[in-house]
Amino acid sequence: MAEHVIKLPDVGEGVAEAELVEWHVKVGDKIREDALIAAVMTDKATVEIPSPVEGEIVWLGAEVGDVVAVGSELVRLKLPGDGAAPAEDERGAADAPPAATPAAAPPVAEAAKPRSAPAAKEAGTAKAAPVASEPPRAAPQRRLVGGPPRPEGEKPLASPAVRQRAREGGIDLRQVPGTGPAGRITHEDLDAYFAQGPALARAPGLQPKTAVLDIKLVGLRRRIAEKMALANARIPHITYVEEVDVTALEELRARLNGHKRADQPRLTLLPFLMRAMVRAIAEWPHLNALFDDEAGIVHQHEGVHIGIAAQTPSGLMVPVVRHAEALDLWGCAAEASRLGEGAKAGTATREELSGSTITITSLGAIGGVVTTPIINHPEVAIVGVNKIVVRPVWDGTAFQPRKMMNLSSSFDHRIIDGFDAASFVQRIRALLETPALIFMEG
Amino acid sequence: MSPLKDIDCKLLVIGAGPGGYVCAIRAGQLGIDTVIVEARKPGGTCLNIGCIPSKALIHAADQFAAAQRFASGKSALGISASAPVLDLARTMHWKDAIVGRLTGGVAGLLKKARVKTVEGFARFRDGKTVEVETEIGLQVIRASEIVIATGSEPIALPSLPFGGKVISSTGALALTKVPERLVVIGAGYIGLELGTAFAKMGACVTVVEALPRILPQYDAELTRPVEKRLRELGIEVLLEAKAKGLKGDDLVVESAAGGEVALPADKILVTVGRKPATEGFGLEELDLDRDGRYLRIDDKCRTSMRGIYAIGDVTGEPMLAHRASAQGEMVAEIIAGENRAWDKRCIPAVCFTDPEIVTAGLSPDEAKALGYEVKIGTFPFQANGRAMTLEEDAGFIRIVARADNHVVLGVQGVGAGISELSSAFALAIEMGARLEDIAATVHAHPTQSEAFMEASFRALGHPIHI
Repeated sequence: MAEHVIKLPDVGEGVAEAELVEWHVKVGDKIREDALIAAVMTDKATVEIPSPVEGEIVWLGAEVGDVVAVGSELVRLKLPGDGAAPAEDERGAADAPPAATPAAAPPVAEAAKPRSAPAAKEAGTAKAAPVASEPPRAAPQRRLVGGPPRPEGEKPLASPAVRQRAREGGIDLRQVPGTGPAGRITHEDLDAYFAQGPALARAPGLQPKTAVLDIKLVGLRRRIAEKMALANARIPHITYVEEVDVTALEELRARLNGHKRADQPRLTLLPFLMRAMVRAIAEWPHLNALFDDEAGIVHQHEGVHIGIAAQTPSGLMVPVVRHAEALDLWGCAAEASRLGEGAKAGTATREELSGSTITITSLGAIGGVVTTPIINHPEVAIVGVNKIVVRPVWDGTAFQPRKMMNLSSSFDHRIIDGFDAASFVQRIRALLETPALIFMEG
Repeated sequence: MSPLKDIDCKLLVIGAGPGGYVCAIRAGQLGIDTVIVEARKPGGTCLNIGCIPSKALIHAADQFAAAQRFASGKSALGISASAPVLDLARTMHWKDAIVGRLTGGVAGLLKKARVKTVEGFARFRDGKTVEVETEIGLQVIRASEIVIATGSEPIALPSLPFGGKVISSTGALALTKVPERLVVIGAGYIGLELGTAFAKMGACVTVVEALPRILPQYDAELTRPVEKRLRELGIEVLLEAKAKGLKGDDLVVESAAGGEVALPADKILVTVGRKPATEGFGLEELDLDRDGRYLRIDDKCRTSMRGIYAIGDVTGEPMLAHRASAQGEMVAEIIAGENRAWDKRCIPAVCFTDPEIVTAGLSPDEAKALGYEVKIGTFPFQANGRAMTLEEDAGFIRIVARADNHVVLGVQGVGAGISELSSAFALAIEMGARLEDIAATVHAHPTQSEAFMEASFRALGHPIHI
């Protein structure tokens, strides 16, 4: 029998391993050449792995969630022809060198590369739903959803095969919610009902629910979990909250947006904050740093690469605006907007999702007075933006309505003293309250 | 006559019609020790004196009519031929050969399923014991479960008992000469199927019907193409007319106006309905609950006596072979211990008139009577290419669906050869299809079945070909 082994190809520069996030095939499946067999996730990007040959899957080398080293066996395929013809055997042997020589990998890697961007997009949408514990056969995980209730006394709508299965299983179909068109009860509805029992049968009033859905943590969610745990365990956070009067800034922003050129992006508060941070970092450069605590070295960067935490359909992602120090206000705005959209659409590249030296997190749109941001390890500072609200401010003689915004910022207290942290935030505050200062040279 | 050794079995089926023999074969497949009793050839009314022989006769009549059309020189197809001659005796011989093949086939299938066949008339002794008068003696059979599948028989008119020139459908299917003047009493599907066939074979046919319309179980829209065809064939239909009796060679008929008319007739075919065969085999001993003339059954075909089931025509309307078969299959599985119940959504019915009528599920009126708001789509064969190429563009397909969720409630159609579409109609209803499901199913071109898809389009408001 001619067998072909597909190994995990080189999925990106400097990547030694990748997490298997999805199988597109199962043992016994017959696949064509170029059919996608699996999706793996590296630090940031998801890559689809195609099959370079046609054949039948006989073995899967990992389970979803496993971290697979580049070059290790992913799938074994039985090649068509079943070895009856010697020529087939030779071809199979030539295609699948037994040792882990790189010969097998390049064609796969080449095939994978042009696909990686759209593939990441697909993976992004696919993972929006919680990935169940057995994704390759996800059907039984379907939940009972109450279809439109059937009017009293109406016969349930179901095919004869479904009706017979229900009868044999001792189930009254009138109790089974149908998810098909017009409330038709499908085999899957029956599966779900068999799995969950009659507890969810339609009954008036409030019902206790006892079902527990086990969701295996894979892909981006697992990465987020690991990173958050690492940051929170290693870094003693100090969080400093200050309120900023952004009345003047908002006026300027409105004015600039009103007079901007058509090709210029609409300004949000974000580019002003980025520019203000660049100014403040010039005075407190050790806040723009990566702390390698194992080596005991702080890598202080001159370039300001600002990560911008973004909520995407897959979860939290941090696209990075590189060299904010070299971008003007409009440049910062354009770059932040482009990267944010890319992250949401799942088209952001690995490079765009890594390399930040300081991070901004903003939950302002939702509201909230204070946040306690977790530092984007191994960075040492993160600036959190809260909602702008109009508050009465005492100006010495009277209360004035002012647009106020809180900044909630966290710092690695191992590297940054409270005094420096506070000074840094106060500098940003001063810049934002008198926005002309942001643009003053020297 | 020496007494035969008693037979003990698990299941005894009385009657080897399409209900009984299917039940017995299925039971045999399921490993049930089964005996079937039948006095005549297996296959019942359907194979011997009903569905099959009448369809053979209708086919022969159609072929003869086509030949006559060619001979008339009026065929638009440009075909001409010399005057055809029909040898009905040979037609009947051919028909009998088909029947023989089928009944022989059933006997073989029963044997293959290890079902023991006992030939003779059965008679109940009690709810567990039946005696059969066989050629070689009295056979006593004891069974733990008994299925009554005795079928039905033609109803005779008291004023016109069968005999002589008064014949039932059975007699009509055994004629060896086409009667010159045939009077058919009863414009139900059996009378019209046979009346039409004999008219095509050259008989002068008159149909006498007591009700104000033909095929009263169908709505007027469906029967209109049939009425038109009857007129074209020169068949006279007397509605609201009652057959009173024979007066010499003539049949006396009380007409709608009240006067009496004498219809000269060589043969008088009485097809005024069928009644369940519940007499003459000791059923009275068991005193089973009745539903009118029929045996009362529940959704598992159980009668009021434990261990006794009834299937087929003896259990009521619709008296159709395929209903009996489905019941028989179900009962065999129930006896084998399976959990089954009658939950069919529809029993399609076909009337092999010219053109044919098919119904499945609810008609528009029936649906409205049940309180449904309906959407109806009708597509005429006049707009169907395949129907035109067959010179058969009369009729239409009509689909009835719920207005709220578009679930198909019924499909009816009338047209040449449309009986073959009955499965599509029934499948749609049984599967719970919606109008969109049928509309989105690609129907092959050029076929009459396209009219089914188009009718759904029309119900959805966007027909293509009309």
